[in-house]
Amino acid sequence: MAAPAATQYGSPDVDAAGQQLFDELIIQDSRIEPRDWMPEAYRKSLTRQISQHAHSEIIGMQPEANWITRAPSLKRKAILMAKVQDEAGHGLYLYSAAETLGTPRDKMTEDLIAGKARYSSIFNYPVLTWADIGAIGWLVDGAAICNQVPLCRASYGPYGRAMVRICKEESFHQRQGFEILLELANGTQAQRDMAQDAINRWYAPSLMMFGPPDDDSPNSNQSMAWNIKRFSNDELRSRFVGMIAEQVKALGLSLPDPDVRFNEDTGKWEYGPLDWEEFKEVLAGRGPCNAQRMERRREAHEDGAWVREAAAAYADKQARGAASATEAA
Amino acid sequence: MSEANASATRITPGNALRPEDIAASDAVPSPEAAEYALWLGDDSLILAQRLGWWISRAPELEEDVALANIALDLIGHARSFLTYAGHASGRTEDDLAYFRREPEFRSAHLFEQPNGDFARTIARQFVVSHYQWELYSRLTHSTDATLAGIAAKAVKEVDYHRDHSLQWVLRLAQGTEESRRRMIAGLKLTWPYVEELFADEPLIDALGGAAVRPSSLREPFDAAVAAVLAEADLEVPAVPGATGGGRRGVHSEHLGYILAELQVLAREHPGASW
Ligand SMILES: [Fe+2]
Ligand SMILES: [Fe+2]
Repeated sequence: MAAPAATQYGSPDVDAAGQQLFDELIIQDSRIEPRDWMPEAYRKSLTRQISQHAHSEIIGMQPEANWITRAPSLKRKAILMAKVQDEAGHGLYLYSAAETLGTPRDKMTEDLIAGKARYSSIFNYPVLTWADIGAIGWLVDGAAICNQVPLCRASYGPYGRAMVRICKEESFHQRQGFEILLELANGTQAQRDMAQDAINRWYAPSLMMFGPPDDDSPNSNQSMAWNIKRFSNDELRSRFVGMIAEQVKALGLSLPDPDVRFNEDTGKWEYGPLDWEEFKEVLAGRGPCNAQRMERRREAHEDGAWVREAAAAYADKQARGAASATEAA
Repeated sequence: MSEANASATRITPGNALRPEDIAASDAVPSPEAAEYALWLGDDSLILAQRLGWWISRAPELEEDVALANIALDLIGHARSFLTYAGHASGRTEDDLAYFRREPEFRSAHLFEQPNGDFARTIARQFVVSHYQWELYSRLTHSTDATLAGIAAKAVKEVDYHRDHSLQWVLRLAQGTEESRRRMIAGLKLTWPYVEELFADEPLIDALGGAAVRPSSLREPFDAAVAAVLAEADLEVPAVPGATGGGRRGVHSEHLGYILAELQVLAREHPGASW
């Protein structure tokens, strides 16, 4: 089937017409769909963002899966399994969305295994106690929601639609995480201590999930001009702090940051300094669990190679069998 | 939650019962029915614990989702059976799962077997889900209404597990040389533990129409399994059966380690709620 004229790249006339249509769609705040003409830089930047997001869902399964076998009640075990399973589903939707931009899932997986692709740094911190499962749900899924709700309106159709589905599930995750902490906060002294310790360790890394401060975020402006990103990193971070500052009161616990306050003049929440050197170190691969997470992903991928080959060979044989049956008929 | 895991929480029609329904009911089993509920609950609990390991380690993402789905269903069945069993002695599902010692567990050895490679996990699941399907489809007629209700929910889910595992048996047996070799090896490692599933214990006589007689399931199980293996061009492994003893609390060496991991946190905080 011939592609519509607008997707034929390379001819200057078509590119000019395509660019004009693209610009109009962006100005109208409409959606760009896979078959529409789009600037190469837009395609590249989105592919990078969506595949990184997918990788984060997949690597993010590991720290939480670490507690499935030790979950302290059967109900919590079931909820945690369902959560980790949801994250696999998120990875699947996002890989599909990224594939509509022209990069196959296998290629994205290879890039991840080869260490060429990034994923969210937050998953390079260790999950040491059961309370960490609560803190991750509340803070990490919580920060993900603040980041991702605006992405439901992202200009690229398949990404925005995937985010709508994902955000619904993330809000379940956040509530479940909060419930774990609430239960601990109302429990024994040892449980309360465990909960506070987890919040202390996950607070700053979760704030850094929004990315570097606005004056040090090189890709943000272009992303905002393309209606992919809607709010700046600092803006989203400040909203998130406001949200958790209220919620932590319901837990009767505290945030490990004496500088958290609402600024009446600016109407924004403020927080203390964050250690961006640590952020850069972890991003560069020198976090506590980077090597471990990559090893586990590589191992699962390599150990599973013979299974994927078998499934492909079987499907092939079935297809050939069906084809020769048709010929014979 | 995603559609993929909806089976963990869906309410099925008719008299199907979920763990929450049973916790809320005041149906108390006879001591024998409680013991029988432990058999079935422990089987599912231990296998769910085994399958949970695969989540984040499966050969492809779709299998992370599928194996998690099966594990979730099994946890659901375990919770129902254990909750009901606990009504006889004033204990909760968690009291039973986390605070019984190894000899008090009633799981059969098959459920305790290691995951091994993907083919071995599939071989174990293939046997388990065929056995459970034959069992639950008959247990829906139990004279014990609660056992019948749990089975009514479980049988629909196990039907999916059965299909999932048999599709993989076909794929692996007829995929590549390597996958065929591994599938055959997986079945061979699994088969010694098949016999125990169909052994009648004195408890069964005491239960009458409340339970399903294990030996009565052997024929339909053999027929269903043989049909799939024939399609896959595989043979039923000719290996001697292991002694078993799980129903009397005599377990494989594996169970101690499984329980150590399952119970460690709960036992560090006795009496705590989560
Ligand atoms: Fe997610
Ligand atoms: Fe999540």
